[in-house]
Amino acid sequence: MTMWWETPSLHLPCWARAFKSTTLMTIQATAPALFSRRHLLTCEGLTAPEITSLLDLADHAAELNRQVNKKRDVLRGRTLINLFFEASTRTQASFELAGKRLGADVMNMNVSTSSVQKGETLIDTAMTLNAMRPDMIVVRHHAAGAVELLSQKVDCSVINAGDGAHEHPTQALLDALTIRRAKGRIAGLTVAICGDILHSRVARSNIHLFNTLGARVRLVAPSTLLPTGIERLGAEVFTDMWKGLEGADIVMMLRLQRERMQGNYVPSTREYYHFFGLDQEKLAQARPDALIMHPGPMNRGVEIASAIADHSRSVIRDQVEMGVAVRMAVLEALARKLPNH
Amino acid sequence: MKRALQTAEAPGATAFINARLIDPESGRDEPGGLLVTGSTIADLGSHLRRNAPQGAEVVDCHGHVLCPGIVDMQVFTGDPGQEHRETLKTASFAAAAGGVTTIICMPDTEPVIDQVALVDYVQRRARERAIVHVHIMAAVTRGLKGEEMAELGLLQRAGAIAFTNGKSSIANARVMRNALLYARDFDALLVHHTEDPHLSSGSAMNSSEMSTRLGLPGVHTFAEVIMVERDVRLVEMTRGRYHAATISCRDSLDVVRRAKSKKLPVTCGVSINHLTLNENDIGPYRTFFKLRPPLRSEDDRAALVRGLADGDIDIIVSSHDPQDADVKRRPFAEAADGAIGLETLVPAALRLFHSGEVGLVPLLRAMTINPAKLLGLPTGRLAKGAPADLALIDLNTPWVVDREQMRARSKNSPFDEQKVQGRVLRTMVDGRTVYQYGVTDRY
Repeated sequence: MTMWWETPSLHLPCWARAFKSTTLMTIQATAPALFSRRHLLTCEGLTAPEITSLLDLADHAAELNRQVNKKRDVLRGRTLINLFFEASTRTQASFELAGKRLGADVMNMNVSTSSVQKGETLIDTAMTLNAMRPDMIVVRHHAAGAVELLSQKVDCSVINAGDGAHEHPTQALLDALTIRRAKGRIAGLTVAICGDILHSRVARSNIHLFNTLGARVRLVAPSTLLPTGIERLGAEVFTDMWKGLEGADIVMMLRLQRERMQGNYVPSTREYYHFFGLDQEKLAQARPDALIMHPGPMNRGVEIASAIADHSRSVIRDQVEMGVAVRMAVLEALARKLPNH
Repeated sequence: MKRALQTAEAPGATAFINARLIDPESGRDEPGGLLVTGSTIADLGSHLRRNAPQGAEVVDCHGHVLCPGIVDMQVFTGDPGQEHRETLKTASFAAAAGGVTTIICMPDTEPVIDQVALVDYVQRRARERAIVHVHIMAAVTRGLKGEEMAELGLLQRAGAIAFTNGKSSIANARVMRNALLYARDFDALLVHHTEDPHLSSGSAMNSSEMSTRLGLPGVHTFAEVIMVERDVRLVEMTRGRYHAATISCRDSLDVVRRAKSKKLPVTCGVSINHLTLNENDIGPYRTFFKLRPPLRSEDDRAALVRGLADGDIDIIVSSHDPQDADVKRRPFAEAADGAIGLETLVPAALRLFHSGEVGLVPLLRAMTINPAKLLGLPTGRLAKGAPADLALIDLNTPWVVDREQMRARSKNSPFDEQKVQGRVLRTMVDGRTVYQYGVTDRY
């Protein structure tokens, strides 16, 4: 694949300027940025060039993250607030690291100790934070649309880190980056997303993103875990995993939450694993070079066999690595739209 | 001003001339005039078109529509208990501005109107403060819990006009059957919100492609249809008078149609929101469009409009449900249900007239004589001797709804900033003018 130092300078991130001549820096300064939005709230509505420009930016970040000195200063002086109303390990850590590597001041709002617990409404919380003049807020909330609502009330950039069962755009971007780096392309691939589609924001973001990039999306789940009309978002629906994985290039597993395992949506963990857990036998239906993915955290032995999670074709750990890179790219792209005065 | 209205001498004579008289009961639609003496309609017809008797106050209608005042069968207030949302007074002022001369208050208050003392209390408050007629629909089960029957007979004697379980459905079929049976002995009407609570629990909107895109938990129309279907079976068994409060989809309408063809005592209503809006209006999580039953698909809306034109839908209600900003400015799934509607009922309904979907007479019928007859009220008609509850309506003037201009205490209007055509110019209750566009002050 193309290395960052070989790509056209048009997409070069600011932190790479140091490696380039002064002439090129001038070109960059006037080059139009393909992704130019104030917020990143959804994948629905993003154009292919916008996504590609973010992925290109993330590619550079990924390479830089493998160097000894990872620190850049494009966000120097900026403040990033991680506002998580829902527990999260990797997303929050990933955003924190991304912000720090770009030189921003990062603050994590722990909701269990915040005033939200004292009955403050989301909007009041937003207004309070806004008064502290952050430049960016990363928000995760358990209600769909909450991040959009918050974005209407603040002056800074807002990044959706997951809102209810709606969207989780940076997860879809990191999935796309992982696939593009492993396969060299996304268009024309068959992506099978398996598991709890009903409650999954990751599935929705991925459906939009992969459709925009020209991949074929399949959904594999029992009917109780499929939302109404999901096929109209641009996906082929399978309730038989063996058929759903046939010829797939990518097998993406979703987490099944514990409270949904016992009788309400599926009869038992055992039964779910039998029909919808990714094991060697079902994986054999996919293409021999198929990638295995999972947004984490995994339930080993529920939706994925332990051996499969650690399989040579599993890129689950790459996803985590790309998570930091993608979030750096998103922060940098949004920083371009921030006012400078 | 309010005091003045209440304590004024019995009003003198008022002559409406040069009007387009529409009486949905008789189907009358002709140019004419109408004479009010005291609190009743003394005379009407084409012979009064230009002639006003000596001494009467003359109102030149300039050819606008003079029709019976609107009877709104589903109005939620916060009186008692939630007065910051709406009181009987503010609701009645909003009603007057909307041409609504009779409001039926729902028992979903704090405390719930399930006792004689509370009926007395609300009636007294209404007498003292409201400028339109206020009637009470009392709770059919204690605390609206759907478990034990309230004192239906005593409540009726105290003045309750019908019975309902408010915003919740009676899940227990045996309770519902007994309520229908018992209410039948008093010839009382049972009005039911139809939604299977198990199927609908946790839902925020209609289950559809839209809900999937928005990532919101949806409820299928079948949660409603199943309940209507069950209720119709119970009516078949008990022969109690039954009214499905607000249906929202084509399949429910089909069930009601079948019940009517069997001559069962079944009627149904629909809210103006479900006739003029659909789920796509929710757009980017706009909570003013979060209703219960939820807004449905365009196909369902169109089916309801056809049902109204065919006369299968008996009644249009505003389903006026004031909710303050605190409970509406929230993430969609956590926001309160409901929309105000008293002041926009007529302009919104006129959309169906202007689009050619429903004629003026059937449209007004569903908001005047039909609810009046169902509830046994003398109003809702233009006839000699009938109460002088009147609305003067300009059908054509275009305007833009502005919630800040509304009289209702809460401003959660889904029609805010929307263009509408037609407005109420004057409202008369019992011979007294309670609203006049551009003249009557805000309270």
